[in-house]
Amino acid sequence: MSAVPPKTHRATPGQTVGPFFAYGLEFPKQHQVAFPHSPGAIVLGGTILDGAGAPIPDALIEIFGADADGSVPRARGALRRDDHTFTGFGRAFTDDEGHFEFWTREPGGIGGRAAFYAAIVFARGLPDKLHTRIYVPGDDAALAADPLLTSLTPQERATVVATRTADGGLRHDIRLQGENETVFLAF
Amino acid sequence: MSHPAAAPETLLAAPDQATQSQIVDEIRARHAELDALDAAGERLGATAHDFPAYRSSVLRHPTKNPRLVDPETIELFSPAFGQRDVAAIESDLTLQHAGEPLGERMSVQGRLLDSWGRPVANQLIEIWQANSAGRYIHQRDQHPAPLDPNFTGAGRAVTNENGEYRFTTIKPGPYPWKNHRNAWRPAHIHFSVFGSSFTQRLVTQMYFPGDPLFALDPIYNSIHRQKDRDALVGVYDHDLTSPEWATGYRFDIVVDGADATYFEQEGDE
Repeated sequence: MSAVPPKTHRATPGQTVGPFFAYGLEFPKQHQVAFPHSPGAIVLGGTILDGAGAPIPDALIEIFGADADGSVPRARGALRRDDHTFTGFGRAFTDDEGHFEFWTREPGGIGGRAAFYAAIVFARGLPDKLHTRIYVPGDDAALAADPLLTSLTPQERATVVATRTADGGLRHDIRLQGENETVFLAF
Repeated sequence: MSHPAAAPETLLAAPDQATQSQIVDEIRARHAELDALDAAGERLGATAHDFPAYRSSVLRHPTKNPRLVDPETIELFSPAFGQRDVAAIESDLTLQHAGEPLGERMSVQGRLLDSWGRPVANQLIEIWQANSAGRYIHQRDQHPAPLDPNFTGAGRAVTNENGEYRFTTIKPGPYPWKNHRNAWRPAHIHFSVFGSSFTQRLVTQMYFPGDPLFALDPIYNSIHRQKDRDALVGVYDHDLTSPEWATGYRFDIVVDGADATYFEQEGDE
Protein backbone atom coordinates (compact mmCIF):
# COMPACT_ATOMS: atom_id res chain seq x y z
CA MET A 1 0.00 0.00 0.00
CA SER A 2 1.48 3.37 -0.94
CA ALA A 3 1.80 6.05 1.68
CA VAL A 4 -1.12 8.24 2.63
CA PRO A 5 -0.29 11.90 2.03
CA PRO A 6 -0.80 14.32 4.91
CA LYS A 7 -4.29 15.71 5.37
CA THR A 8 -4.70 19.15 3.90
CA HIS A 9 -8.17 20.13 5.14
CA ARG A 10 -9.23 20.68 8.71
CA ALA A 11 -12.33 18.65 9.58
CA THR A 12 -15.62 20.40 10.19
CA PRO A 13 -16.52 19.76 13.86
CA GLY A 14 -19.70 17.99 14.90
CA GLN A 15 -22.51 19.40 17.01
CA THR A 16 -25.42 17.87 18.86
CA VAL A 17 -28.37 16.68 16.80
CA GLY A 18 -30.51 18.71 19.23
CA PRO A 19 -34.04 18.08 20.42
CA PHE A 20 -36.01 18.50 17.22
CA PHE A 21 -34.31 16.27 14.67
CA ALA A 22 -37.32 14.05 14.02
CA TYR A 23 -38.98 16.06 11.27
CA GLY A 24 -35.64 16.74 9.60
CA LEU A 25 -34.22 13.23 9.57
CA GLU A 26 -37.26 10.97 9.34
CA PHE A 27 -37.91 9.00 6.17
CA PRO A 28 -40.48 6.29 5.44
CA LYS A 29 -39.63 2.78 6.71
CA GLN A 30 -36.35 4.13 8.04
CA HIS A 31 -35.90 1.22 10.44
CA GLN A 32 -36.84 -1.44 7.86
CA VAL A 33 -33.40 -2.29 6.48
CA ALA A 34 -34.99 -5.62 5.56
CA PHE A 35 -38.68 -6.05 4.80
CA PRO A 36 -40.39 -7.36 7.97
CA HIS A 37 -40.74 -11.15 8.06
CA SER A 38 -38.96 -11.58 4.72
CA PRO A 39 -36.54 -14.55 4.60
CA GLY A 40 -33.57 -13.84 6.86
CA ALA A 41 -35.11 -10.71 8.41
CA ILE A 42 -34.60 -10.33 12.15
CA VAL A 43 -35.43 -7.70 14.75
CA LEU A 44 -32.43 -5.90 16.25
CA GLY A 45 -33.62 -3.84 19.21
CA GLY A 46 -32.47 -2.30 22.43
CA THR A 47 -32.59 0.63 24.81
CA ILE A 48 -30.33 3.67 24.98
CA LEU A 49 -29.62 4.68 28.58
CA ASP A 50 -27.99 7.64 30.32
CA GLY A 51 -25.56 7.74 33.22
CA ALA A 52 -28.36 7.41 35.78
CA GLY A 53 -29.76 4.34 34.01
CA ALA A 54 -32.70 6.32 32.64
CA PRO A 55 -33.86 5.61 29.08
CA ILE A 56 -33.13 8.37 26.57
CA PRO A 57 -36.29 9.21 24.64
CA ASP A 58 -34.70 11.63 22.18
CA ALA A 59 -31.80 9.68 20.72
CA LEU A 60 -31.32 8.22 17.29
CA ILE A 61 -29.21 5.31 16.13
CA GLU A 62 -28.03 4.42 12.67
CA ILE A 63 -26.70 1.05 11.55
CA PHE A 64 -24.84 -0.03 8.44
CA GLY A 65 -24.25 -3.73 7.96
CA ALA A 66 -23.17 -6.29 5.42
CA ASP A 67 -25.65 -8.64 3.81
CA ALA A 68 -26.03 -12.19 5.12
CA ASP A 69 -23.32 -13.44 2.77
CA GLY A 70 -20.83 -10.84 4.00
CA SER A 71 -21.11 -8.64 0.91
CA VAL A 72 -21.09 -4.88 1.39
CA PRO A 73 -24.36 -3.35 0.17
CA ARG A 74 -23.74 -0.83 -2.61
CA ALA A 75 -27.36 -0.36 -3.70
CA ARG A 76 -28.98 3.04 -3.47
CA GLY A 77 -32.52 3.65 -2.33
CA ALA A 78 -32.49 3.55 1.49
CA LEU A 79 -34.64 6.70 1.55
CA ARG A 80 -37.14 5.26 -0.95
CA ARG A 81 -37.37 1.68 0.13
CA ASP A 82 -38.76 -0.72 -2.46
CA ASP A 83 -39.10 -3.53 0.12
CA HIS A 84 -36.62 -5.85 -1.55
CA THR A 85 -33.34 -4.00 -2.28
CA PHE A 86 -30.92 -4.40 0.63
CA THR A 87 -29.04 -1.13 1.27
CA GLY A 88 -27.70 -2.17 4.68
CA PHE A 89 -28.53 1.24 6.14
CA GLY A 90 -31.19 2.04 8.71
CA ARG A 91 -32.08 4.81 11.12
CA ALA A 92 -34.24 4.51 14.23
CA PHE A 93 -35.42 7.07 16.76
CA THR A 94 -35.84 5.96 20.36
CA ASP A 95 -39.41 5.98 21.63
CA ASP A 96 -40.56 7.43 24.94
CA GLU A 97 -39.11 4.36 26.70
CA GLY A 98 -35.71 4.87 25.09
CA HIS A 99 -36.25 1.82 22.88
CA PHE A 100 -35.14 1.44 19.26
CA GLU A 101 -35.84 -1.32 16.81
CA PHE A 102 -34.70 -2.34 13.33
CA TRP A 103 -35.81 -5.01 10.95
CA THR A 104 -32.61 -6.08 9.26
CA ARG A 105 -30.54 -9.04 8.14
CA GLU A 106 -27.81 -10.60 10.18
CA PRO A 107 -24.52 -9.59 8.60
CA GLY A 108 -22.12 -12.29 7.49
CA GLY A 109 -18.46 -11.94 8.40
CA ILE A 110 -16.37 -10.21 5.75
CA GLY A 111 -13.22 -12.15 4.80
CA GLY A 112 -13.63 -14.53 7.76
CA ARG A 113 -13.70 -11.73 10.31
CA ALA A 114 -16.21 -11.36 13.10
CA ALA A 115 -19.49 -9.91 11.85
CA PHE A 116 -20.79 -6.65 13.24
CA TYR A 117 -23.08 -3.78 12.48
CA ALA A 118 -21.36 -0.40 12.39
CA ALA A 119 -23.50 1.86 14.58
CA ILE A 120 -23.64 5.58 15.35
CA VAL A 121 -25.58 7.19 18.19
CA PHE A 122 -26.82 10.78 18.26
CA ALA A 123 -28.97 12.42 20.95
CA ARG A 124 -30.13 15.66 22.41
CA GLY A 125 -27.56 16.38 25.11
CA LEU A 126 -24.84 14.46 23.28
CA PRO A 127 -22.49 17.14 21.88
CA ASP A 128 -21.19 14.95 19.03
CA LYS A 129 -21.81 11.55 17.42
CA LEU A 130 -20.62 8.31 19.00
CA HIS A 131 -19.41 5.38 16.90
CA THR A 132 -19.66 1.83 18.18
CA ARG A 133 -20.07 -1.72 16.86
CA ILE A 134 -22.75 -4.28 17.48
CA TYR A 135 -21.16 -7.71 17.06
CA VAL A 136 -23.27 -10.73 16.18
CA PRO A 137 -22.94 -13.49 18.80
CA GLY A 138 -22.38 -17.16 17.92
CA ASP A 139 -19.18 -17.45 15.90
CA ASP A 140 -16.90 -17.84 18.90
CA ALA A 141 -13.75 -18.44 16.87
CA ALA A 142 -14.18 -15.28 14.82
CA LEU A 143 -15.09 -13.24 17.90
CA ALA A 144 -12.06 -14.57 19.77
CA ALA A 145 -9.79 -13.45 16.91
CA ASP A 146 -11.25 -9.97 16.55
CA PRO A 147 -8.65 -7.25 17.22
CA LEU A 148 -11.02 -4.88 19.03
CA LEU A 149 -12.70 -7.54 21.15
CA THR A 150 -9.41 -9.09 22.24
CA SER A 151 -8.28 -5.67 23.50
CA LEU A 152 -11.28 -5.38 25.83
CA THR A 153 -12.02 -6.71 29.30
CA PRO A 154 -14.88 -9.24 29.47
CA GLN A 155 -17.09 -6.52 30.94
CA GLU A 156 -16.29 -4.09 28.12
CA ARG A 157 -16.64 -6.82 25.53
CA ALA A 158 -20.19 -7.49 26.67
CA THR A 159 -21.13 -3.90 25.81
CA VAL A 160 -20.47 -4.42 22.09
CA VAL A 161 -21.72 -7.99 21.53
CA ALA A 162 -25.46 -8.39 21.03
CA THR A 163 -27.57 -10.99 22.83
CA ARG A 164 -29.64 -13.58 20.99
CA THR A 165 -33.34 -13.39 21.83
CA ALA A 166 -35.61 -16.41 22.15
CA ASP A 167 -37.25 -15.69 18.79
CA GLY A 168 -33.92 -15.53 16.95
CA GLY A 169 -33.51 -11.75 16.94
CA LEU A 170 -30.84 -9.64 18.58
CA ARG A 171 -31.01 -7.41 21.62
CA HIS A 172 -28.44 -4.74 22.30
CA ASP A 173 -28.60 -1.94 24.87
CA ILE A 174 -26.34 1.09 24.69
CA ARG A 175 -25.21 2.97 27.81
CA LEU A 176 -23.79 6.41 27.15
CA GLN A 177 -22.29 6.71 30.64
CA GLY A 178 -21.68 4.96 33.92
CA GLU A 179 -21.19 1.37 34.95
CA ASN A 180 -21.10 -0.85 31.87
CA GLU A 181 -20.66 2.19 29.66
CA THR A 182 -20.66 1.06 26.03
CA VAL A 183 -17.28 0.99 24.34
CA PHE A 184 -17.23 3.80 21.77
CA LEU A 185 -14.73 4.14 18.96
CA ALA A 186 -12.45 6.70 17.38
CA PHE A 187 -10.81 6.08 14.02
CA MET B 1 -36.83 -1.93 33.50
CA SER B 2 -36.02 -0.48 36.89
CA HIS B 3 -36.11 3.13 35.85
CA PRO B 4 -39.38 4.73 34.74
CA ALA B 5 -39.20 6.77 31.56
CA ALA B 6 -39.74 10.50 31.89
CA ALA B 7 -41.89 12.34 29.37
CA PRO B 8 -39.45 13.79 26.83
CA GLU B 9 -40.75 17.37 27.09
CA THR B 10 -40.14 17.38 30.85
CA LEU B 11 -36.45 16.77 30.20
CA LEU B 12 -35.97 19.95 28.19
CA ALA B 13 -35.61 22.31 31.15
CA ALA B 14 -32.40 22.02 33.18
CA PRO B 15 -33.28 21.68 36.89
CA ASP B 16 -30.86 24.32 38.18
CA GLN B 17 -31.73 27.22 35.80
CA ALA B 18 -28.38 28.97 36.18
CA THR B 19 -27.91 32.57 35.13
CA GLN B 20 -26.35 33.48 31.80
CA SER B 21 -23.26 34.86 33.53
CA GLN B 22 -22.77 31.59 35.43
CA ILE B 23 -22.95 29.71 32.14
CA VAL B 24 -20.42 32.03 30.50
CA ASP B 25 -18.07 31.53 33.48
CA GLU B 26 -18.43 27.77 33.12
CA ILE B 27 -17.73 27.96 29.38
CA ARG B 28 -14.55 29.96 29.97
CA ALA B 29 -13.34 27.65 32.72
CA ARG B 30 -13.90 24.54 30.63
CA HIS B 31 -12.19 26.13 27.62
CA ALA B 32 -9.17 26.89 29.81
CA GLU B 33 -9.02 23.22 30.89
CA LEU B 34 -9.27 21.98 27.32
CA ASP B 35 -6.69 24.50 26.08
CA ALA B 36 -4.30 23.24 28.76
CA LEU B 37 -4.80 19.65 27.58
CA ASP B 38 -4.13 20.81 24.01
CA ALA B 39 -0.94 22.50 25.18
CA ALA B 40 0.09 19.28 26.94
CA GLY B 41 -0.20 17.45 23.63
CA GLU B 42 -3.25 15.38 24.47
CA ARG B 43 -5.27 14.14 21.49
CA LEU B 44 -8.63 15.90 21.84
CA GLY B 45 -11.58 15.84 19.49
CA ALA B 46 -12.79 19.17 18.16
CA THR B 47 -16.06 18.87 20.09
CA ALA B 48 -15.98 18.08 23.81
CA HIS B 49 -18.44 15.36 24.80
CA ASP B 50 -17.98 16.45 28.41
CA PHE B 51 -19.21 20.05 28.45
CA PRO B 52 -21.35 20.63 31.56
CA ALA B 53 -22.46 24.15 30.61
CA TYR B 54 -24.66 22.25 28.15
CA ARG B 55 -26.72 20.85 30.99
CA SER B 56 -28.43 17.94 29.25
CA SER B 57 -25.01 16.52 28.38
CA VAL B 58 -24.13 15.87 32.03
CA LEU B 59 -25.59 12.33 32.11
CA ARG B 60 -25.26 11.68 28.40
CA HIS B 61 -21.54 11.82 27.68
CA PRO B 62 -19.14 8.88 27.92
CA THR B 63 -16.60 9.14 30.73
CA LYS B 64 -14.04 6.89 29.07
CA ASN B 65 -11.91 7.85 26.10
CA PRO B 66 -13.05 6.26 22.85
CA ARG B 67 -11.00 3.26 21.66
CA LEU B 68 -8.79 4.13 18.74
CA VAL B 69 -9.33 1.41 16.11
CA ASP B 70 -8.53 0.92 12.47
CA PRO B 71 -11.78 1.08 10.54
CA GLU B 72 -12.45 -2.21 8.85
CA THR B 73 -14.79 -3.85 6.39
CA ILE B 74 -18.22 -2.22 6.48
CA GLU B 75 -16.87 0.92 8.19
CA LEU B 76 -14.79 1.75 5.11
CA PHE B 77 -17.90 2.09 2.98
CA SER B 78 -20.88 4.35 3.23
CA PRO B 79 -24.52 3.77 2.44
CA ALA B 80 -25.05 4.64 -1.22
CA PHE B 81 -27.41 7.45 -2.16
CA GLY B 82 -28.48 9.00 -5.43
CA GLN B 83 -31.26 10.85 -7.18
CA ARG B 84 -33.47 7.84 -6.53
CA ASP B 85 -33.36 8.80 -2.86
CA VAL B 86 -33.95 12.54 -3.09
CA ALA B 87 -36.05 14.59 -5.49
CA ALA B 88 -34.45 17.79 -6.79
CA ILE B 89 -37.25 19.90 -5.32
CA GLU B 90 -36.39 18.75 -1.78
CA SER B 91 -33.49 21.21 -1.73
CA ASP B 92 -35.85 24.19 -1.90
CA LEU B 93 -37.49 24.67 1.51
CA THR B 94 -39.57 27.59 0.23
CA LEU B 95 -41.57 25.46 -2.23
CA GLN B 96 -43.06 22.88 0.09
CA HIS B 97 -46.43 24.55 0.68
CA ALA B 98 -49.08 26.48 -1.24
CA GLY B 99 -47.75 29.91 -0.29
CA GLU B 100 -44.43 31.68 0.25
CA PRO B 101 -42.92 31.41 3.73
CA LEU B 102 -42.25 34.65 5.61
CA GLY B 103 -38.73 35.86 6.33
CA GLU B 104 -35.46 36.51 4.60
CA ARG B 105 -35.04 34.19 1.59
CA MET B 106 -31.49 32.87 1.38
CA SER B 107 -29.44 30.24 -0.35
CA VAL B 108 -26.67 28.19 1.17
CA GLN B 109 -24.29 26.28 -1.00
CA GLY B 110 -20.92 24.70 -0.70
CA ARG B 111 -18.75 21.68 -1.29
CA LEU B 112 -18.48 18.43 0.60
CA LEU B 113 -14.81 17.48 0.81
CA ASP B 114 -12.66 14.87 2.52
CA SER B 115 -9.56 15.55 4.60
CA TRP B 116 -7.45 15.68 1.44
CA GLY B 117 -9.71 18.23 -0.25
CA ARG B 118 -11.24 15.72 -2.64
CA PRO B 119 -14.92 16.19 -3.46
CA VAL B 120 -17.35 13.69 -1.97
CA ALA B 121 -19.85 12.99 -4.75
CA ASN B 122 -23.30 11.42 -4.54
CA GLN B 123 -23.67 11.74 -0.82
CA LEU B 124 -26.66 12.73 1.21
CA ILE B 125 -27.05 16.08 2.98
CA GLU B 126 -30.10 16.62 5.18
CA ILE B 127 -30.93 19.94 6.84
CA TRP B 128 -33.53 21.13 9.33
CA GLN B 129 -34.10 24.45 11.06
CA ALA B 130 -36.43 26.83 12.86
CA ASN B 131 -38.54 29.29 10.87
CA SER B 132 -37.81 33.01 10.63
CA ALA B 133 -39.45 33.55 14.02
CA GLY B 134 -37.21 31.00 15.71
CA ARG B 135 -39.91 28.33 16.03
CA TYR B 136 -39.44 24.67 15.15
CA ILE B 137 -42.37 22.76 13.74
CA HIS B 138 -41.61 19.89 16.13
CA GLN B 139 -44.46 19.41 18.60
CA ARG B 140 -42.12 19.56 21.60
CA ASP B 141 -41.22 23.14 20.68
CA GLN B 142 -43.95 25.08 22.43
CA HIS B 143 -42.44 28.54 22.82
CA PRO B 144 -44.82 31.31 21.81
CA ALA B 145 -43.40 32.34 18.46
CA PRO B 146 -45.63 31.83 15.42
CA LEU B 147 -45.53 28.75 13.23
CA ASP B 148 -45.48 29.54 9.53
CA PRO B 149 -48.05 27.48 7.61
CA ASN B 150 -45.84 27.78 4.54
CA PHE B 151 -42.63 26.56 6.13
CA THR B 152 -41.68 23.15 7.49
CA GLY B 153 -37.93 23.69 7.65
CA ALA B 154 -36.53 20.37 6.40
CA GLY B 155 -34.68 19.66 3.16
CA ARG B 156 -32.41 17.14 1.46
CA ALA B 157 -29.88 17.14 -1.35
CA VAL B 158 -27.40 14.74 -2.91
CA THR B 159 -24.00 16.19 -3.80
CA ASN B 160 -23.08 16.35 -7.49
CA GLU B 161 -19.92 14.96 -9.07
CA ASN B 162 -17.92 17.94 -7.75
CA GLY B 163 -19.23 17.44 -4.23
CA GLU B 164 -21.42 20.54 -4.52
CA TYR B 165 -24.81 21.10 -2.92
CA ARG B 166 -27.23 24.01 -2.77
CA PHE B 167 -30.32 24.77 -0.68
CA THR B 168 -32.84 27.59 -0.87
CA THR B 169 -34.48 28.43 2.44
CA ILE B 170 -35.49 31.16 4.87
CA LYS B 171 -32.99 32.52 7.37
CA PRO B 172 -33.82 30.99 10.76
CA GLY B 173 -34.39 33.17 13.81
CA PRO B 174 -32.63 32.74 17.17
CA TYR B 175 -34.30 30.15 19.37
CA PRO B 176 -35.01 30.29 23.13
CA TRP B 177 -34.37 27.12 25.13
CA LYS B 178 -34.30 26.01 28.75
CA ASN B 179 -30.66 25.18 29.39
CA HIS B 180 -30.51 28.13 31.78
CA ARG B 181 -32.42 31.32 32.48
CA ASN B 182 -32.95 33.49 29.40
CA ALA B 183 -31.03 31.06 27.18
CA TRP B 184 -31.03 31.71 23.43
CA ARG B 185 -29.41 29.70 20.67
CA PRO B 186 -27.66 31.63 17.90
CA ALA B 187 -29.54 31.22 14.61
CA HIS B 188 -28.47 27.96 13.00
CA ILE B 189 -29.26 25.34 10.40
CA HIS B 190 -28.72 21.68 11.34
CA PHE B 191 -26.69 19.71 8.79
CA SER B 192 -26.46 15.92 8.55
CA VAL B 193 -23.86 14.61 6.12
CA PHE B 194 -22.53 11.26 4.88
CA GLY B 195 -18.98 10.86 3.60
CA SER B 196 -17.49 8.09 1.50
CA SER B 197 -16.97 5.94 4.55
CA PHE B 198 -19.31 5.45 7.52
CA THR B 199 -16.56 6.71 9.85
CA GLN B 200 -16.93 10.14 8.19
CA ARG B 201 -20.55 10.58 9.22
CA LEU B 202 -21.16 14.11 10.50
CA VAL B 203 -24.03 15.96 12.15
CA THR B 204 -23.34 19.62 12.80
CA GLN B 205 -24.85 23.11 12.76
CA MET B 206 -24.17 26.07 10.48
CA TYR B 207 -24.25 29.51 12.07
CA PHE B 208 -24.40 33.04 10.65
CA PRO B 209 -21.61 35.64 10.69
CA GLY B 210 -21.38 38.03 13.62
CA ASP B 211 -24.10 36.51 15.78
CA PRO B 212 -24.12 38.33 19.17
CA LEU B 213 -25.18 35.09 20.90
CA PHE B 214 -21.99 33.14 20.10
CA ALA B 215 -20.18 33.85 23.37
CA LEU B 216 -23.29 32.94 25.39
CA ASP B 217 -24.11 29.59 23.82
CA PRO B 218 -22.87 26.36 25.45
CA ILE B 219 -23.56 24.24 22.36
CA TYR B 220 -21.52 26.36 19.95
CA ASN B 221 -18.85 26.53 22.66
CA SER B 222 -18.70 22.77 23.17
CA ILE B 223 -16.01 23.27 20.48
CA HIS B 224 -13.15 24.82 22.45
CA ARG B 225 -10.84 26.04 19.65
CA GLN B 226 -11.84 29.29 17.95
CA LYS B 227 -10.52 28.00 14.62
CA ASP B 228 -12.87 25.01 14.77
CA ARG B 229 -15.85 27.14 15.81
CA ASP B 230 -15.15 29.48 12.90
CA ALA B 231 -15.54 26.53 10.52
CA LEU B 232 -19.22 26.36 11.48
CA VAL B 233 -20.00 29.94 10.50
CA GLY B 234 -21.36 30.28 6.98
CA VAL B 235 -19.67 32.94 4.88
CA TYR B 236 -21.79 35.68 3.35
CA ASP B 237 -20.90 35.81 -0.35
CA HIS B 238 -22.34 38.63 -2.41
CA ASP B 239 -21.57 36.72 -5.59
CA LEU B 240 -24.07 34.08 -4.42
CA THR B 241 -26.72 36.70 -3.68
CA SER B 242 -29.39 37.00 -6.39
CA PRO B 243 -30.76 40.47 -7.21
CA GLU B 244 -34.17 41.12 -5.65
CA TRP B 245 -34.43 37.46 -4.68
CA ALA B 246 -32.18 35.95 -2.01
CA THR B 247 -28.99 36.52 -0.01
CA GLY B 248 -26.29 33.89 -0.47
CA TYR B 249 -24.07 32.04 1.97
CA ARG B 250 -21.24 29.58 1.44
CA PHE B 251 -20.71 26.64 3.78
CA ASP B 252 -18.06 24.09 2.84
CA ILE B 253 -17.99 20.89 4.85
CA VAL B 254 -14.94 18.68 5.43
CA VAL B 255 -15.59 15.15 6.65
CA ASP B 256 -12.83 13.60 8.71
CA GLY B 257 -11.50 10.15 8.11
CA ALA B 258 -8.84 7.76 9.22
CA ASP B 259 -5.96 7.31 6.80
CA ALA B 260 -7.58 4.09 5.59
CA THR B 261 -10.37 6.15 4.02
CA TYR B 262 -7.84 7.72 1.64
CA PHE B 263 -7.69 4.57 -0.46
CA GLU B 264 -11.22 3.32 -0.19
CA GLN B 265 -12.69 6.32 -1.91
CA GLU B 266 -10.86 5.72 -5.16
CA GLY B 267 -12.66 2.53 -6.11
CA ASP B 268 -15.98 3.66 -4.70
CA GLU B 269 -18.67 4.78 -7.08
